[in-house]
Amino acid sequence: MSLHFIQEPLDKMPPAVVPTQPVTLNVNGQDQTIQIAPWTSLLDALREYMDLTGTKKGCDHGQCGACTVLVNGKRINSCLALATVYQGKKIETIEGLGAEDNLSPLQQAFVDHDAFQCGYCTPGQICSAQGLINEGRCKTEDEVREHMSGNLCRCGAYTNILSAVMEVLHDGQVVVDNGTLVTIPAQPTKSSSVS
Amino acid sequence: MSQTIATPPTVRLDSDVIGKPINRTDGPAKVSGAAKYAAEFGVTGPLWYGYIVNSPVAKGKITKIHADEVLAIQGVHKVFSHENVPSFAWFDRAYKDDVAPGGSPFRPLHEPEIMFSQQPVVLVVAETFELARYAASVLRIEYDVEEHNTDLNSVIGEAFDAPRGKTGFVPPPKPKGDMNKAFAEAPHKVAGEYIHRAQHHNPMEMFATTVDWLGDGKKMKIYDKTQGAPNVQQYLAKIFGLSTDEARVISKFTGGGFGSGLRPQYQVFLAVMAALELEHSIRVVMTRSQMFSFGHRPHTLQKLRIATDEQGHIQALEHKALAETSHFENATETVVNWSGILYNSPNTNFDYQLSKIDVFTPLDMRAPGAATGNFASESAIDEMAYKAGLDPLDFRLLNYTYTDPTENKPFTSKRLDDCLHEGAARFGWDQRNPEPRSMRDGNLLVGWGVASGCWDASMQKAAAKAVLSADGHLTVSSATNDQGAGTYVIMTQMAAQTLGLPMEQVTFNLGDTEMPAAPVQGGSWTANSVGAAVQNACQEVGKKLLKLAQKMDNSPLDGVDFEDAQFVDGHIRANEDITRSVAIEDILAASGESKIEAEGKAGPNPINMLKYSMHSHNAAFVEVKVDEDLGTIHVTRVVNAVAAGRILNPKTARSQVLGGTVWGLSMALMEETYLNNDLGRYMNHNYAEYHIPVNADIHKIDVIFVEEEDDIASPIGVKGVGEIGMLGVAAAIANAVYHATGKRVRELPLTSDKLL
Repeated sequence: MSLHFIQEPLDKMPPAVVPTQPVTLNVNGQDQTIQIAPWTSLLDALREYMDLTGTKKGCDHGQCGACTVLVNGKRINSCLALATVYQGKKIETIEGLGAEDNLSPLQQAFVDHDAFQCGYCTPGQICSAQGLINEGRCKTEDEVREHMSGNLCRCGAYTNILSAVMEVLHDGQVVVDNGTLVTIPAQPTKSSSVS
Repeated sequence: MSQTIATPPTVRLDSDVIGKPINRTDGPAKVSGAAKYAAEFGVTGPLWYGYIVNSPVAKGKITKIHADEVLAIQGVHKVFSHENVPSFAWFDRAYKDDVAPGGSPFRPLHEPEIMFSQQPVVLVVAETFELARYAASVLRIEYDVEEHNTDLNSVIGEAFDAPRGKTGFVPPPKPKGDMNKAFAEAPHKVAGEYIHRAQHHNPMEMFATTVDWLGDGKKMKIYDKTQGAPNVQQYLAKIFGLSTDEARVISKFTGGGFGSGLRPQYQVFLAVMAALELEHSIRVVMTRSQMFSFGHRPHTLQKLRIATDEQGHIQALEHKALAETSHFENATETVVNWSGILYNSPNTNFDYQLSKIDVFTPLDMRAPGAATGNFASESAIDEMAYKAGLDPLDFRLLNYTYTDPTENKPFTSKRLDDCLHEGAARFGWDQRNPEPRSMRDGNLLVGWGVASGCWDASMQKAAAKAVLSADGHLTVSSATNDQGAGTYVIMTQMAAQTLGLPMEQVTFNLGDTEMPAAPVQGGSWTANSVGAAVQNACQEVGKKLLKLAQKMDNSPLDGVDFEDAQFVDGHIRANEDITRSVAIEDILAASGESKIEAEGKAGPNPINMLKYSMHSHNAAFVEVKVDEDLGTIHVTRVVNAVAAGRILNPKTARSQVLGGTVWGLSMALMEETYLNNDLGRYMNHNYAEYHIPVNADIHKIDVIFVEEEDDIASPIGVKGVGEIGMLGVAAAIANAVYHATGKRVRELPLTSDKLL
């Protein structure tokens, strides 16, 4: 048996020149103008045009959350956002939350709780957690698990991510299921032992 | 409890860093976005982008590529395909990487023939990413389609014995006694068939390469996503005829690998080929869909037969497996051996075969072979325990073996019994009602399951370099990898401990082919192999320091041998009298040297390998809650007890076991790449349809490390923890589901349709 497979012919030939336009974005408090195609995603604008590579591309389809950034304090998937639409808005990326030598409490909690392994989903996890804290809805572990479930972690650091977020969410305290605040120790290794 | 390395002389002090739960040294870079992955490095001069086009057909031949239509777009520079990619190396040998299986490796854009669906057929190069992607999306390609076959079940009759030769592959053990007779005559017996289909690694970072064309002959900096920069370098050097100076491969951070980065993937070939042809810097990044276009955990069919005497002692054990491979390579895993290592039976039979279908070659994926075989054998052991009327935990202890029955060798160490005891105590196993369907939580059925596992404790050749500068800072380097395992921090600990320096005074660098060679990061051998090389390099620096100290006027260390000296708190001290002490900074100042450097090497001990069996072990205890009306299964509690020698850093080691546990859960309940045999194509090639756990799926996981002293398996007492945590988990979940529901499911993933 032999078949011939041809992709559908194009309706029309591709344009000779793909248009670009200047777009001004306010990222981490600074305005920057870049020349991009109208369909450039916010994620690609950050990574390929502004050298802000802390924001990660894990799927480019809004399925993994690695590209999460904050826009006016709310978390969004930057791979599903067209850069041009976000002109005039306050965009915050992982680089804006805290630098390597000046970590935010959430970033420090992620380090202390070993809430990552390969580190690739981590900026998205942290931006998402910051968004979750800003939203102010989640109080219990179950709520945080649910509301952090838009961010995949293939290394499987979920329990440590939960510990890190809970620590910051209640400033060193954790809500147990009956609603009572209980202080947790700084070290996250309470459930492991080296005998 | 803190631990110290065996040499230099064991001293247990507060200043010890080995065995302590120290934060990752690369942590701040990772949480602030400063850590650079392969697609994130800047280049000298402008950067062009390559976008890969893959075949929609599974078998056939490309007849036409309408490249002219997209080359007319301003800013599109090249459409690479078999039509215009020059022939590079003549022989297959050049395309073989360090961990390639037997056969003829895939050569990207080499021929018009299509061997598997999603085969890369074109690389479009343009000035921007958006432009390259657009051009690729409108590029028309014509194919003559041939009939394919991707159905493993249809080629069972064509199975052949798996050939030897691949790194890490151990052929099935020889048979013992008379399996058929023993099975026929035994009072208690079970037989079952077990299935899981293809699974794809799907690390969060997609495969990517940035080539920095330096404009100096063919010199390039090649930033690649890989689990081993040296393996990529030798692959590129052989294919393109490049020197190590021309093809410098760099991999500082690797966004997960799980085996997918063991072999160089096609984007690195395409990026380097395009850079050489165009003499230009270029970046090529795969899409998530393309992450399903290469190696995977192979679809495997298994058969188990086990029988016991009246008291429950195993009398017969048979484990057979048939796995898929491609038409061009023979991918092999160690699948059936593990049951024979865990349990002693006087009558055994093991068999492992392959059959070929029209897919890409399978590729080692976390605990390759063991995860596959362990699910089947530990499910069968559970079933056997019930048939023999024994508790599954008691059954495992009754059939415990202190020697490896497959090789008749003693284990260098094996505390699986303590894993079972300590895990059971932590889990509360004694509260378990053994009767299936006997435990409930409201309208949910509750099930408790247990399974054990083992993995190789192995070493590979590795090298490291240590440089102590005049200001007292120690910089250690090795071309190893950190795909998330914690290599950066544990090697820093190893170096700091060996020379008695504070962590802040030590830097460990990795992932650059200009550094001393190290193996790919896989097989759980990095901590052991590179750790020993780092220790050796630092000890060599220590020996030089001691000699310099003894040249000082009235040296208090006069006449002290290296073996009788200790390196503590920035001082070299005599073991016998620690007041005989010299500060390292004083030695450096007195010596006038600008730096002291040394290389260290490590490798397997062939004599010990002949005499002993070297393995890590674990026991996983799982609680599931099952809603029988909906068929939903929730894993509410896991205790994973691991015996893997010395634990260098309980914080990062625990994370490895947590991750392994999540992988086991994922394998048990979620992961499956659906292969449509009509199209010969994996259908769920994205993160929405290829299911892996999210945060809400993961509940309480307890990790226990049972310490083993073992200086035979490893000079530094380490067995590795990358794979072992995954073992046992999938079987324990299936066993817990049986306990909850009374249904024995032998096909993964254990989705709701299989319970209803």
